[in-house]
Amino acid sequence: MSAALRTQGLSKSFGDFKANSDLSVAFEAGARHALIGPNGAGKTTFINLLTGALAPTAGDVYLGDERVTGLPQYARVKRGMTRTFQINTLFPGLSVLESVVLAALEREGRGGVWWRTVSRESAAIDEAGQILARLRLDRDADTPTRALPYGKQRLLEIALALATRPTVLLLDEPAAGIPAAESAELFQVIAQLPRDVTVVFIEHDMNLVFSFAERITVLVGGSVLVEGSPEEIAHDARVREVYLGEAQHG
Amino acid sequence: MTRLPTLAWSKAEIAFWLVPVAAYFLFPHYLTLGSQVMIAGLFALSLDLILGYARIISLGHAAFFGLGAYTAGLLAKHGFGEPLSGLVLAAIVAAAAGWLTSFLIVRGHDLTRLMVTLGIGLMLFETANQWSSLTGGIDGLSGVEMKKIFGVYGFGLDGRTAYVYTLVVLFLIFNAARVLVRSPFGLSLKGIREGERRMPAIGASVWRKLVAVYTVGAGIAGVAGALLAQTTQFVGIDVFGFQRSADLMIMLVLGGTGYLYGALIGAAVFMILQDYLANLNPVYWQFWLGFLLVFLVLFARGGIVGALATLHRRWTRK
Repeated sequence: MSAALRTQGLSKSFGDFKANSDLSVAFEAGARHALIGPNGAGKTTFINLLTGALAPTAGDVYLGDERVTGLPQYARVKRGMTRTFQINTLFPGLSVLESVVLAALEREGRGGVWWRTVSRESAAIDEAGQILARLRLDRDADTPTRALPYGKQRLLEIALALATRPTVLLLDEPAAGIPAAESAELFQVIAQLPRDVTVVFIEHDMNLVFSFAERITVLVGGSVLVEGSPEEIAHDARVREVYLGEAQHG
Repeated sequence: MTRLPTLAWSKAEIAFWLVPVAAYFLFPHYLTLGSQVMIAGLFALSLDLILGYARIISLGHAAFFGLGAYTAGLLAKHGFGEPLSGLVLAAIVAAAAGWLTSFLIVRGHDLTRLMVTLGIGLMLFETANQWSSLTGGIDGLSGVEMKKIFGVYGFGLDGRTAYVYTLVVLFLIFNAARVLVRSPFGLSLKGIREGERRMPAIGASVWRKLVAVYTVGAGIAGVAGALLAQTTQFVGIDVFGFQRSADLMIMLVLGGTGYLYGALIGAAVFMILQDYLANLNPVYWQFWLGFLLVFLVLFARGGIVGALATLHRRWTRK
């Protein structure tokens, strides 16, 4: 198997603080790969480096065979790598449907079309409708995003990402802030994604991590502590010590 | 059925556009004021595209108005007084200047943009002031002689031709803007307004869109300036003035940003109020304007059109 996404010595410093140091991680094509680690381990920084929201101090990012280190965020999305946000980063004044149509239009490079109305973009509208139906948001299509309940806003986070038709999907704590019952439901949606989509996700709920991930990378203090299958991670003494132990106590 | 913007005209919109037509017949002595209102409305419309839709704050939009005015004025002064080609050339000059300066604008954020646009406006004002051999400097550009529109309709003293000409140009450009804000491009501008951080994460290049809308906004401001030069057959240096940019911002906020109609209504209220209050008391009319502005910004966010839309929603819900 080849890596859909990998990094080579990726590092990021903020002044003296090393948020990520020398990360070389590979995500296999079609993987369900979890990134875990205690708070401050550098998980979100890592996502920001992968997607180009931050520029690395050193190291490289490869999407497939292509080095994308210097590319801006939108260009990486165009090449198939899309993220979601831990804190809702949506379009509060747009309706749910408008938001997803916008993402679909941008994917098709039609975001510059100014001479006809959105209502005539039936391909994008149909596709947005299908995505919303899949995430059970179709009844809320005309609701302004800001009026949507929080749990549904988390689903919309994913809907926007899906509309870009990613080959690599990076989910930054997709279930952050929603009750356990709902988060299981949300992971059902993620589990139903086609296998050709590589899914990398950050998650704190260990039940969800171990039931969903096929591969786990543990970050501690900005470095990779260990990587392995869920069994390997569950039985790894170092992981128990620095991470799971802490979680059980805390 | 889901609601996405279409081009269907509502009754309120049709009624709105009948007002300037009716005014032509009802107030023949106010046609000059009417033309000024519509020119200000077109100018405010151009700011609404960049401020109301893309959230670019500008205090120097008069730069493009002035460039358009001088382009049309100079053309006519030197024997090329055909109005329509003058408008087109004014739009091209202003849009080119908008495109060039957009690269300075899209980099920064609110305060930077405010200062950069202000600075560009000041530089152009001073350039026009110093280069008096071309612009007439502080005395203004006189000797602007317009030819007849289509070789038939001359700009007479009664202001009829100027009024109809301005109304037609305003309506055509308004229509194009109305399509634009309902288009995929318009949706992506709203996307920038509503969630600039998310846009790159759905694969959209924000700066490219900002460059595009800033260029369009500048071009339309240039047309507004050209209309002023052509209909008054004079260009004063105040076309570049800071006061003009500041008044423009007041008109737009008064009317409401992000509706297009807010620009037209704000300009009308501003100009008519100015005319009326200045007649009552020429010195202190700005007091009441300031009062109205503070009241609207604090108690009716979204300006006049925003307040009307809120009332309409409450009305229809009951």
